[in-house]
This record gives sequence, structure tokens and C-alpha cells, in this order.
Amino acid sequence: MGKRVGVVGVGQTHHAAHRLDASGVELIAEAVTRALDDAQVTLDDIDAIVIGNMDHFENINYVDMWATDGLGSCMKPVFKVTTGGTTGTTVGAAAYYTAASGMFDVVMGVGWEKNSESDTQAAIATCANPVLERDPFAGAIGPLATEYSMYMKAYGATEEDAAIAAARDRNNALNNPYAHNRMHVTVEDVMNSPMLSYPVKFLDMCPRSDGSCAVIFATEEKAKKLAPQPAWIHASVVRHDYTHFGDLEWQWMPTLERATLQAYKLAGITNPLKELDVAELYLPCSTCAVKWMDSFWFCDRGQAPKLIRSGATHMDGILPINPSGGVVATNPIGATALIRVGEAAWQIMGRAGDRQVPGVKKAIATGFGGCSWSDVFILGADLP
Amino acid sequence: MAGWKDEVEEIVFPGKICVPYSWTVGSTLSKWYVQLRDDGEIWANRCPSCGRVYVPPKIKCIECYKDMNEWVKLPGTGTVETYTVVNYHEPSLHPKKPPFVYGVIKMDGADTGLVHLIDGVAPEKVKVGMRVKAVLAKERDGHITDIKHFKPIA
Amino acid sequence: MERVAVIGVGQTKYQQGKRETFHELVYEAASKALKDTDITVEDIDNVVSVSSDFWDGRTISSMAISDASGAFNKDISTVEGDGTFGVLYGMMRILSGSFGTTMVVAHHKGTESNMNGITNTSFDPLVERRLGLDALSSAALQARRYMHTSGATEEQFAMVSVKNHVNATRNPFATVPMEITVEDVMNSAMLASPLKKLDCSPVCDGAAAVVLAAERNAKKLSTNKKRVWLNGVGHCADAYRLGDRDLADTRALKKAAKKAYEMAGVTPDDIDVAEVYDAFSYMEPLWLEGLGFCEDGTGPEFEERGAFDFGGKLPVNPSGGRMSANPVQVAGLAAVIECVLQLRGEAGRRQVRGAEKALAHGINGMCGQSHCVWILGK
Repeated sequence: MGKRVGVVGVGQTHHAAHRLDASGVELIAEAVTRALDDAQVTLDDIDAIVIGNMDHFENINYVDMWATDGLGSCMKPVFKVTTGGTTGTTVGAAAYYTAASGMFDVVMGVGWEKNSESDTQAAIATCANPVLERDPFAGAIGPLATEYSMYMKAYGATEEDAAIAAARDRNNALNNPYAHNRMHVTVEDVMNSPMLSYPVKFLDMCPRSDGSCAVIFATEEKAKKLAPQPAWIHASVVRHDYTHFGDLEWQWMPTLERATLQAYKLAGITNPLKELDVAELYLPCSTCAVKWMDSFWFCDRGQAPKLIRSGATHMDGILPINPSGGVVATNPIGATALIRVGEAAWQIMGRAGDRQVPGVKKAIATGFGGCSWSDVFILGADLP
Repeated sequence: MAGWKDEVEEIVFPGKICVPYSWTVGSTLSKWYVQLRDDGEIWANRCPSCGRVYVPPKIKCIECYKDMNEWVKLPGTGTVETYTVVNYHEPSLHPKKPPFVYGVIKMDGADTGLVHLIDGVAPEKVKVGMRVKAVLAKERDGHITDIKHFKPIA
Repeated sequence: MERVAVIGVGQTKYQQGKRETFHELVYEAASKALKDTDITVEDIDNVVSVSSDFWDGRTISSMAISDASGAFNKDISTVEGDGTFGVLYGMMRILSGSFGTTMVVAHHKGTESNMNGITNTSFDPLVERRLGLDALSSAALQARRYMHTSGATEEQFAMVSVKNHVNATRNPFATVPMEITVEDVMNSAMLASPLKKLDCSPVCDGAAAVVLAAERNAKKLSTNKKRVWLNGVGHCADAYRLGDRDLADTRALKKAAKKAYEMAGVTPDDIDVAEVYDAFSYMEPLWLEGLGFCEDGTGPEFEERGAFDFGGKLPVNPSGGRMSANPVQVAGLAAVIECVLQLRGEAGRRQVRGAEKALAHGINGMCGQSHCVWILGK
């Protein structure tokens, strides 16, 4: 059977809308260097590397080859994984399995994106089937707007509920020096921001960012030597759905329900709202921060508005969600989901600075992307 | 599925992905290109740990992963390590019509080679080991083509 | 460490201008792989797909094959690169203890796009891309360098092309089986010296799939006859820029091969058949040196003496190799599948008799920047 694995180091860039001071390779080097420093290791200690991003955002083919200088992968085993928005957790999972396989002891996963280098929505639009759905139904905002308007109608959720979640995450970002958008925002500010696609407004939606994140995973024996408190991986679960947008269930989130259910089972969690201490969730839009709560099993179906309004998910609540500011604050797409894993790991390692939630023993980190796909990690302070 | 093509017309949609890109050049290569564009000079940088000299310059030594901060000016001459005479034409990619020559030029004063065009000589006369020097473009815009090509040293 | 077996394989015929969508090709390959060992999609607990957004002309192109690969409601991931790396990730997922049976599937519809344009995007937009380099012209630079350091001749490269095109006449899946001669290769159009048209593989369309299983599952799901063990694997990348490397040096491949041999507990002498990346003729002898089948610089001589012929000391690319069918992402997976068929004794007219150990090899990047080496055994 495989080995137990923990996170021993995390590094990320200071994310921004335009990092004109650094090329893509330099951004990667920045995150890698910081992760090595965080783990107090050198590149010689890294046995294998996994990298990921989305091809059409920078138009670089074979990124695992091109990134060599920044990645430090010359004469090392390296390969690339990519799955759209979930790329970051896909990288995390690949690095995790690479270590857990017993074939490599210390494995670094790197996600990155320079979204400023292209037209993000134009590139994303090409994910839809070119002979069926690319013309009528593509891009990121439309589908998210559609699913929330259905949820509003079904369960009485409001635009204000999403605005509460948007303000929560955006204000949390003030405590995170790496976050891209750091500004004090009120529910009124969100409600008054321009309507992008009803009911999604400008401040509900994630930005596109330049940034990179590196996370170092190590097998049990190594991890215990490298970190006083590794963040142990208790579960890594991915669930995919149908291939066409038209086939999907929009009123709830089947992939997330299935992925979290399996992850909780693996981690021995029966009441996630109570047993999890912190959550770093890939919520691309604040409407998801309402609607998807059902699918995380944080509440009964349709009860998300009540949960959000209660403040239970704020920093002083029972389950703080996105102390880092989450995706609405920072979104270098290929790194976004890996940042969730890195932030959750830091919460367990006690290295989350001003955004630290006290006494974190169990954390959840997720990725979202593709055709409504869900990736889930559960991390813990104790060995799994 | 076999035989379906006998029963229905095969339809093929033409398509093209048109996304504009703007690539950030970054600290190291920006410096290199400014030197090339404004001063007409080819520089390299040296690893403080192992001493390897790289052109184009590196952000980190690929062998040591050390930051590179020492710059050295190269004379712009070198030796052809390998070459190819290109005879096919890819109008959207190729900088000129075939036949033309690509080479890897091991630069004097550096430990690495530079991939570029070799011109100013009949393609069939190009040889491995040939001594060449950089010919700079008159109009330079801060790109690799600020070096127009390499030509043999007479 | 637990052992992992290949228990099912499936591939489409590799052709140019296939009119099925890549989604349909994946259905075909995955269905064949399940049928091969008589299991159903319910027996698969996770999927690794191999795809490229560039070649598919689509962002997140693996999204389009998730149902075709049987991934609905399963754990799935996507490797971008050669199929050998997909098998690597598939095996590591099993060794982690999280999964028991992995479907690895790769597809390629290269003839829907432009090879030179796509491979040009592998070059750094900040430096070499504007010069118009692509897979073919950069391979030509490597071929010339190799000739310089080894003394190899263009005729020796042509012999590799002849050998593999002729081998392909015994493989029903190949794209361009041809009874050609060295003269035919030498007289074919010079594309980028020293490479001529017949030194270069045809980019073609197709899909391939393998089912991997942990030992405990393999014994439940398959018969002894169908099981082939993944004995060892190694992967390693060299520097990125062509000028950073000596293009005739194979140090990354040597490191990858060493790891694979050590893990399998074998030496090159133990290998009975090898499927080695040969999208360009010169690559086969170059990589055979890196794999330890001959000394550096002697590959072309060994090729000329027939050591790697179908009836030679070590048959290399009995399938016809990538030279006769190059579905880019699928290439290495096709190599793995050929090894499986050889070890099972199911390789038909191209069967290498009594093969016990086989080697499969794939590359990523330009001029073989990164390598993945597999040792398979009965």
C-alpha cells in the first residue's frame, strides 16, 4: 500500500492583475524559491516535479519543458497535468500521488498562470464543443449566473446573500499579503457594482490574476524530519460530470456532492460544518459561495442563504471560509486551486499569518473547473 | 460506427483560435534585449556558483538553481555547432523563403549556444565548426531578430 | 512495492484524415481495451487521459472525452504530453493505494491542425519562436549534430526508415506500411537537411487505451495470458533551450533508463524487444545509445549491421514505430501496447519469438528534452 504524505512547504507570488516585472518563468521561480525556503530545503532535495496551467492563456505548448529554468527541473523527473480551472488541485493531486506511490520522497507541485497575457474569456470560450455549444454557451460567467438564478427561484436565495459572501471573502483578503484584490467592501458596494450577467455583479465575480504557487509534498518519514507540523493529506478526491454543458444538472452540484461525500468518508468526517476548522474553497463567484454550501453538506438543501446570513462562515464563525480571500480576491487560474491547498496547509502548519484561524486540526481545500468538475482535499494536523 | 461514411455526408467545420497574446519579457531578458537593441551588444550572464556562462541569459543557473547577477559582454563571434538548410516553406512561421539556414552557434565567451539564422553564405557551404559572427539589424525592436543573422568570419 | 499489471489494451487503426471525432476515437479505444480483458466500465475506478489543448484546438480538451473514457462520476486526471507519461501517472495512482484499476487513454487528431504551427508554440515566445523553428527544423539541427559527433551518415539514417516502414507491413494498425529502399529515402524530398521526407514520420490520427490494475485486482479481473507487468519506469528532463544542451548527448535519457532498469532489476541485455521513439529516423539509433543498447556514437553502425532488425539481436520497433504511425500524444502509449502484445504473444506476423522483457520509450518536448522509459515483463 502507498505511503502517507504531508505538505512541508508552500510558496506563492504576490498575485496581481499585471505582473509586468516578471515573465512567466520568473513568476514560477518566485513561487518555487519561496516554497523551498518555507520547507527549508534546496532544489537538490526535490525528487520529482509536477506542473500545470492552461495552454491557451499564454500560448505555450509543453509548459513542463518551457518552464525548466524557473522550475529547477533540469535533469529531474517532471510532467505536466492540466484540467482547466481544477488544474491547481490536479497538480496537487498528481504531486500527492507521486509521493504516495513510494517512487519519490519529496515532490513539488507548481501551478501558475499569467492571465494578463491573453484574453481569458476568449480562451475559455474554446472549451465548449466547437460543433455544438461554443457559439451559444461558453465562457465562465453565463453558466454561473444561470445556476444561481435557478437556485434563487427554487429556494428563495437573494442577490444580497451572494453579496454577503462576496464582502466576506474580499474583506478577508485584507489579511493576506499575497492576495490580488485587497479592499474593504460592503454588501452595498457589491450590490451597487455593475451587473455582468444577471444576477452576477462585478464584485461577485473573480478577477483574473498573474501568479504562481508551489507546494512541496513529502512522504511520512521525510515530512516528519522537514516540518514540525506537516499538513497531512487525509483525502484527495475528484469527480467529473457529463461532457456537454447542456447535459448538466444546474440546480445543485452533483460532482461536488459526490466528491465531498467520498472525501469525508475517507477522512472520517460525519458533520463537516462542525468537524472542519477552516475551508479554502474554489468559489469562482460569490453566488457559488451560497448555492454550493448545500453540496458541501454544510447545510440541508436550500438552507445555504440561512447559513451565510448567520455569519457561521465568517472569520469568527464556526467554519471560517476563505481566510485568504479566496478566488474572488485572487485568480491566477492554473494556480488558483493549488493556492487553496497551500493556504489550507498553512492553516494546519500554523503559518497563515494574520489570516490564521486558531487551532486548525482539519481543513478542506477544493478546486472547480471544466464541465462543472469538483476536486476535494482534506488535510489534517494528525496522521491519517 | 463502421460504414457510417457510406450512409451520411461527412461534415467538417473549419475553425481557428484567435487569441491575442502579450508576453511579459521579465527582468533578465528585458535587460538583455535593451542591451541588444540600444547598444548593439550581446551579453551573457554567469553563475556565481559553478561559473557557467549563459546566452541568452538565465534567471537561475539551470545546474545550480542560483540567482544570476554577474553579466559579461560577449564579442558576438562563435562557432557553428550544428545547422540545417530548410527547404520547406511555412509562410506563417518562417522569417524568409527557403532555402535558408538555422544553426546553433556556440558563442565565444559563453558555455551555451544560440539558435539563429546563418546567412551571407551559400547554404551548401555552411559547415559544423565554421566560425561566424553576429550581424545586427539596422532597425531594432528588442527581439531576437535584432540579431539579423550570423555570417561567416571571412 | 505492490506490482501493477497491464490487463487490457485497445487501439484504433492509425490513419491520416480520420473522419470520426476524437471523442469517437476514444470510445473505440477504451471499449476495445475493456473488451480485451472482458471487463466493464464498472471495474474501472479511475481514469487518466492524455491530451493536448493545442492539437485539439480546444481549451480543456480532456473535457470532451470524459464520458468516452468512462470517467463519469469517477476520479480522473489529465496528463499533457506523451502517452508514456500517462501510464506513469496511472501506475503511481495505483501504487498510492487509492485506486485499484486505472484506464489510461490518449487521443490525437493531428491531421485537423498544422504540425509546424503547433510545434512552433513549443519554442519560447521571448526568444526562439519568432525565428520560426518547429519540430522538424529543430530535429534537423539535432540530426546534423549527431552526424558530426558520431560520424553517422544520411544513408545509415535512411536504413532506419526502411527497416521501420517495412516492419509496418506486418502491423495492421500502421499508417504508412511501405516496402521501400534506402534509395527511395535518399531520393525523397529534402525538407530540412539532413532530413528527407521519408526520414520523417507522418502525423496521423488515432486513439489508444490501456487498463492498469494493482496485483490484487489484476488477478481477479484478468487471465494469466492477458497480464503483463510494469516492472520499471524512469523519467527525466534535460535543459529547455536547444543551445543549453549538446543535442547529441542523451544524459536525461540515460538517467531515466537507469532508474527504469534498476526498478525492474534488469540490464539492457535482458531486453528482448524495444519500441523506441523514432518520429525522425536518426532518433532511433541516438536513443538506443542512451538506453544502453550500444555505446555512444555507435548506434548508426549497429543499425547498419542489422542488429535492430526484425530478425536481429534486438528487434527495435517491430510495429513499424512512430516512423510508420505518429499519433503524437498517443505515440508512447502505442509503444507500450506493442510491448504488451509482444509479451502476450499476440503480435501476429510481427511477433518476436519468446519475448520475456520489453522496453517502451516516449519523449516530451523538442529534440527529446524529456524521456519516459518503461520495462515490461511477463
